[in-house]
Amino acid sequence: MRRMSGFNLVSLTFGLAFLYLPMVILVFYSFNASKLVTVWAGFSTKWYGELFRNEAFLDAALVTLKVAVISSTLATVLGTMAAFVLIRLGRFLGRTVFSGMIYAPLVMPDVITGLSLLLLFIGLGVDRGVFTIVLAHTTFCMCYVSVVVSSRLSSFDTSLEEAALDLGCTPWQAFRLVTLPIIAPAVISGWLLAFTLSLDDLVISSFAAGPSSTTLPMKIFSAVRLGVSPEINALSTIMIGIVAFGVVIFSIMSKRATVRQQQEERDAFHG
Amino acid sequence: MPQTVFAPWEDPGEKPLIQFRNVTKKFGDFTAIANIDLDIYGQEFFALLGPSGCGKTTLMRMLAGFEKPTSGQILLGGEDIVDTPPNKRPVNMMFQSYALFPHLSVWDNIAFGLRREGADKATIETRVADMIRLTRLDKFARRKPHQLSGGQRQRVALARSLAKAPKLLLLDEPLGALDRKLREETQFELMDIQEKTGTTFVIVTHDQEEAMTVASRVAVMDEGQLVQVATPDRIYETPNSVYVADFIGDVNIIEGAASQTGDKVLVSWAEGASPLVATTQALLQKDQKCFLAIRPEKITISAEEPEVANKVQGEILDIGYLGNISTYHVKLPTGHVIKASATNTRRIGRRAFTWEDKVWLSWTDTAAIVLER
Repeated sequence: MRRMSGFNLVSLTFGLAFLYLPMVILVFYSFNASKLVTVWAGFSTKWYGELFRNEAFLDAALVTLKVAVISSTLATVLGTMAAFVLIRLGRFLGRTVFSGMIYAPLVMPDVITGLSLLLLFIGLGVDRGVFTIVLAHTTFCMCYVSVVVSSRLSSFDTSLEEAALDLGCTPWQAFRLVTLPIIAPAVISGWLLAFTLSLDDLVISSFAAGPSSTTLPMKIFSAVRLGVSPEINALSTIMIGIVAFGVVIFSIMSKRATVRQQQEERDAFHG
Repeated sequence: MPQTVFAPWEDPGEKPLIQFRNVTKKFGDFTAIANIDLDIYGQEFFALLGPSGCGKTTLMRMLAGFEKPTSGQILLGGEDIVDTPPNKRPVNMMFQSYALFPHLSVWDNIAFGLRREGADKATIETRVADMIRLTRLDKFARRKPHQLSGGQRQRVALARSLAKAPKLLLLDEPLGALDRKLREETQFELMDIQEKTGTTFVIVTHDQEEAMTVASRVAVMDEGQLVQVATPDRIYETPNSVYVADFIGDVNIIEGAASQTGDKVLVSWAEGASPLVATTQALLQKDQKCFLAIRPEKITISAEEPEVANKVQGEILDIGYLGNISTYHVKLPTGHVIKASATNTRRIGRRAFTWEDKVWLSWTDTAAIVLER
């Protein structure tokens, strides 16, 4: 490997430090025995134990997970449908307006989205709770999914679908047996994106949530206002761990798939 | 044993497999197909030939069911199929891009259509095995499409579209992606497979040589209309218009006016030049504008003045050497440039003519075709 020049080494160090130093500090202090966050008093895992005895946090985690799974799934279905309409229907009356409206929430301030949803829920007389958070998250996650899926669809060879119809598929079968398996990676990454967004959303959740439904980010935020506790550090460390684990697994899997495909191509060439 | 010539289009008792009746297709303001009538018979290998944008692909997609005619009827075996969706038609198509399903193996690609039919496992296995043998894909059955070469993919696409034993197979520029040598081999393979399976083939192509090689009949199209529908030899030897003559093969077109009519037409074509003689059945008026189409290989090139019906003198402008033949571009004093081709029977060093030689070009009174348009 080429030796790194001094300048590059410095850039790398600073870049990584800038990105990860806050998290390193957070993880470090989560193992602090002291109740004071900034004073080190020896290694301990007691805050993790405390955390798992804290019913409020566990409830919030459960609500968050439930909301994230349901709303990212709904958003994936709706976003994929919207992507199909945008890419496949060609030019129809109001297409520009429709595509603009699909993508608008991407740049819309969360406060506005949250506020308008709140007004809607109040106007309709819906009791706020998990249900309304799910609706709100689906709304803003859907456009991210539709961006991801439509970029895949625009390079999709429609003759594959025509071939499926030609070979006896109904349009639904053609979608299920040909289109969906081929665009699956895009749909899955759309789902993952929606899941992550839903997991850490604070602003929109605060507007849509009711008294009985608190998500984890809301819980953390309100807890931190009373002072950062080591428990919060522990909780954040667990979240970092989960995300890091997911990312590592995902990259190992995709790396393996690439290697296998290259291997197969080599075999085809020599075989 | 006398061989019966395959020519169902000449038998008035024969029922066509496909009939287009007054079919028009418009995309917005653009007319892709203008009022076409066409009969295609069972077991034919029918070629739709034309430049891009002439409507040949639209015509084929209407047969597959991907496009609906704006007006008119399309009959398959006597039944109107205009409202039948693609998945209900006994028609299969081989796509230009092959459209192989990338997530399925060769075997599963070929079995795809049979599975949708609900065929039982044993039937599917036998049928797929047959198709794999027919297209010589035995070694590749377990591979995915991305692990195949272009020629192998083309064979998978063919096997997949033949697996359901369709009444009609549509081929959209099937050999476009192959290199020349492989394309020529595959043309003969296609003809072989067509004969073995007895399926009616309709092929879309812009390659006139391909159409001439494979097809029993060729339809030459231009701007949404059929210009001529005939066997390859008739298309070549008796084109009905300058467009067809020019599209198929190399040709010299000389514009003139009929100065003597009857079955031997005299055509005056340039001031001071003696008129050219050609045989025709068309009834031309005196002084009617007409065109003479003469194929380069029907023109003889010689140093001495020959004793033939038509002869002109000129100077060699250019020589196209193709190995087996050479094409001479000869400039006449009238300004016309005439192409004449000659077989290279002698080594190139001993070629009789070279640049700027004065030569005679001559052709018989039956060599030229008289065209009115």
